[in-house]
Amino acid sequence: MKSLLLYITNKKFGDNVKFELEYKTISSVAGPLIIVDKIFNAAYNEIVRINMSDGESKLGQVIESTSNYAVVQVFGQTHGIDVDKTSVRFLGDTFRIGVSDSMLGRIFNGQGKPRDIKADIVADEKFDINGYPLNPVSRAMPSDFIETGISAIDGLMTLVRGQKLPVFSGSGLTHNQLAAQITKQAKVKGKNENFAVVFAGIGITHDDADFFIESFRKTGALKRTVAFINLADDPSIERILTPRLALTTAEYLAYKRDMHVLVILTDMTNYCEALRELSSAREEVPGRRGYPGYMYTDLASIYERAGLIKGKKGSITQLNILTMPSDDITHPIPDLTGYITEGNIYLSRDLANKNIYPSINPLNSLSRLMNEGIGSGKTREYHRNVADQLYGFYANAEETRSLSAIVGTEALTPLDKKYLKFGDEFEKRFLSQNINEERSIEKTLEIGWDLLSEFESDELIRIKSDYIKKYYKQKKE
Amino acid sequence: MKQIIGEKMGSIIKIAGPLVITNNMRGSKMYDVVRVGKEGLIGEIIQLKNDNAVIQVYEDTSGIKPGEKVENTNLPLSVELGPGLIANIYDGIQRPLNLIAAKSGSFISRGINISPIDKKKKWKFYSMPNIKKNTIVKEGNILGFVEETALVKHYILVPYGYNGRIKMIKEQGNFSVLDVICEIEQEGKIKEITMLQKRMVRVAGKYELRFAPNVPLVTGQRVIDMFFPVAKGGAAAIPGPFGSGKTVVSHQLAKFADADIIIYVGCGERGNEMTEILTEFPELKDQKSGKPLMDRTILIANTSNMPVAAREASIYTGITIAEYFRDMGYDVVLMADSTSRWAEAMREISARLEEMPGEEGYPAYLPKRLAEFYERAGRVKTLSENEGSITIVGAVSPPGGDISEPVSQGSLRVVKTFWALDAQLAGSRHFPAINWLTSYSLYKSSLNEWYNKNLGEEFIKGRDEALAVLQKEAELKDIIRLVGADALPEHERVILEIGRMLRENFLRQSAFDDIDAYTSLNKQKGMLDIILYFKKKAEESLEQGVEANIILNMKVRGHISRIKEFPEEKFDNEKNIIIKEINEEFVIVHNK
Repeated sequence: MKSLLLYITNKKFGDNVKFELEYKTISSVAGPLIIVDKIFNAAYNEIVRINMSDGESKLGQVIESTSNYAVVQVFGQTHGIDVDKTSVRFLGDTFRIGVSDSMLGRIFNGQGKPRDIKADIVADEKFDINGYPLNPVSRAMPSDFIETGISAIDGLMTLVRGQKLPVFSGSGLTHNQLAAQITKQAKVKGKNENFAVVFAGIGITHDDADFFIESFRKTGALKRTVAFINLADDPSIERILTPRLALTTAEYLAYKRDMHVLVILTDMTNYCEALRELSSAREEVPGRRGYPGYMYTDLASIYERAGLIKGKKGSITQLNILTMPSDDITHPIPDLTGYITEGNIYLSRDLANKNIYPSINPLNSLSRLMNEGIGSGKTREYHRNVADQLYGFYANAEETRSLSAIVGTEALTPLDKKYLKFGDEFEKRFLSQNINEERSIEKTLEIGWDLLSEFESDELIRIKSDYIKKYYKQKKE
Repeated sequence: MKQIIGEKMGSIIKIAGPLVITNNMRGSKMYDVVRVGKEGLIGEIIQLKNDNAVIQVYEDTSGIKPGEKVENTNLPLSVELGPGLIANIYDGIQRPLNLIAAKSGSFISRGINISPIDKKKKWKFYSMPNIKKNTIVKEGNILGFVEETALVKHYILVPYGYNGRIKMIKEQGNFSVLDVICEIEQEGKIKEITMLQKRMVRVAGKYELRFAPNVPLVTGQRVIDMFFPVAKGGAAAIPGPFGSGKTVVSHQLAKFADADIIIYVGCGERGNEMTEILTEFPELKDQKSGKPLMDRTILIANTSNMPVAAREASIYTGITIAEYFRDMGYDVVLMADSTSRWAEAMREISARLEEMPGEEGYPAYLPKRLAEFYERAGRVKTLSENEGSITIVGAVSPPGGDISEPVSQGSLRVVKTFWALDAQLAGSRHFPAINWLTSYSLYKSSLNEWYNKNLGEEFIKGRDEALAVLQKEAELKDIIRLVGADALPEHERVILEIGRMLRENFLRQSAFDDIDAYTSLNKQKGMLDIILYFKKKAEESLEQGVEANIILNMKVRGHISRIKEFPEEKFDNEKNIIIKEINEEFVIVHNK
């Protein structure tokens, strides 16, 4: 027979006094889930502490509660948990994280405990890590142009403050370098404001974690960085928590401390795999490729926590990195992400193989908020037109390339040959740049006009005649 | 003040995500609205088993415990209708987001119960001249009106179920929506009518009869109006992968469609898209009247991070409000962005109910629900003998852009216009990325008469000719991929050029350019005329032995590539100039 152990402590829960009970009534352990019997009033999503016979303890969360049992999802591994001696204490609250300014410069693990040797932080406030949905009425439209100093991004898929823009990458591509370069160079012109970086490493390798920390250290950003790192060999179930801890911290810094926060979440593929693992442990009906049917909603609850709020000074900009399994953009992870985020930066293996850094293929990339951040007064009045024309010619170049691969360059028209030349020059001079090079938007657009000047003015049909009159100079052969 | 909402009180025995199971609920009806737990979260009964009821909760259920009480309001899920709807933004169950923000701050907290319509505001009511004491009225008849916004006269309708002889009608005066403006005698009883009424959202509204869809919805978008029109009272689907411009097309229609009322349902999509409408629409002017667009718009926003069950309800909330305005005799357009998220919400609830899944985990009743929704579109004779319509435009977000999935297929079986968005077009920034080879409109034949009358008899011939050129261009491109462009005969090289002109100078339309964002039908047809005129002259010249190379290098092509930049008011003049230039240059070409 199992017995109920009574611990009587007074703890406020809502408006009722609740006696904290410690239950020794675990009836089953399977995967990351345990079932606790004889509990009749566990709150949905309540946090529990699981005390094992060896004195170790773990946290868990109620994912199903009934009037005679509760299903608890354990954060961490379930080894050491047994059905006889392990006891479960219901903590009377949902998962919260204590936050304060002193988190800046610190590194935490995927559960929010310090990973460095320093002491625990003293929390100013505690927040539910799931947050509440932001009222669309309260959002302010993002419109501050962020100059990243990278031509492909600034010129063709301009990032604005408060945007969520993921990097769709593949294994072995240079997404980490790109993210580090953006973190180093990104700035809003003419404004010198309080900024912070919140970094969430989700299931990343030790090497990758070291790379980011080291690059933050080198640029001096580390003291303005809060890092949450769940390593590849840490429990995968923690990965569900890591991005939420990071975003809750970011919301505190942005909306209570008026900072402009850049949140880097990497790698979202690992997050989704953890979600799938959990879903299969719960024996749910699997959706596409085994991922749960609610993955869209779940991802939205992370990505939608970017933005600006009316009346608040701070902002949250998200840069999410995910590696597309076998470079497949239709895989559920990039697919659902793309439906939620405001565009994406697509890294191409073909360009990387040509030794082009950053290997951003603009044809598969997009920034939905670009129009908000460009134009006269922000970048240049012709920015949209020039970008459209570069896109158009590069698409022509790609089409012509695949054509010439079959019929040979002999059979091409003079215009087709011009496209081919444009394609190569565009990759060499516009897309490609040094990993330390910070190119101003003026310089980027100048290169753009220069590339376009190889064409007749009549061929620049995506540029308004007014701008052609004002800015176009044909190249003299 | 103590208020007993309902007599049925159950208590919770299980919570799993948005689903709650409650005992002691005997006597409750399916789809009754209930209040769950101490905070009084809003839910709806979706299954009954003996004493137990399964409830889908429209708010986050974190912290709810077994044993908490559930109260039945004994009312089905309904919307409140009356003056004050326009320019509002609601969540999926018609709670006003503005007032929620005022009450709970930037983030939406739980258990908030705010009336969708301001009950205190006074409106100036005028009765209709034909409505007098002793007039016999029936449900849906118009009693009077309120000037709600500069664009919308809000007619006050006799609510469903009210039929009888008028005992009292206020001729005019300032009233709140709760003041009695009319009394009727029905079966010996006096019934009071106010400007506020309620309608159940899951039941389709009533009308006299349906008309054939033979008037187009003019949108100002060239590829739609000219090639793939949707009729007023019709339904269209826009499936496409992410980044192909579904939302931009939806926003363009909301801005420029020649409708009286726009209802925009943001169903499980981005929060910033709603913010964009909220910031942009009050600034934008209606094409006809020059009044702010927001004055004819209602937003239903259940963004992707808001509770999933309310996403399921948001579509019904939107269409019920649409029917209400249709019944006043208005042309209403409802944009649902995105129906896929709605279907996913259904799937999630269905999975939690442990129903046997159909295709791709969606419930087996998905196609029926889609059909029921789209069938609420239509152009009808209303109960007040007026003509009104609802046009539905449903965005679809197929996984990986592959439309063989159940939501796309279920939609395509019921809608008659299909705008296929194409990732490749979007990649080369050809917007709107509506593929002209795979899209279709089955309304074309029923709209022919309208086009003949309004754009002239030769229009349809021209349109079909242009589509044939595009079709031919695609075939020729396939051939070029095998043998190269040099191998093509002269005539076909010219066709390629005409195809390019149509794509670049006509079909491509920028939503972000002041002039290009909206094109009147006159200019649309004029643009098409110019390109087809060039084609005609080019073909004549070819027959007379002019080389294709010379035609492909004509100067006037540069001018033709600028036709979309011509402002509306100068267009006819510019068109004449360009036709003249074409004539002149072809004379020169002949003489070479």
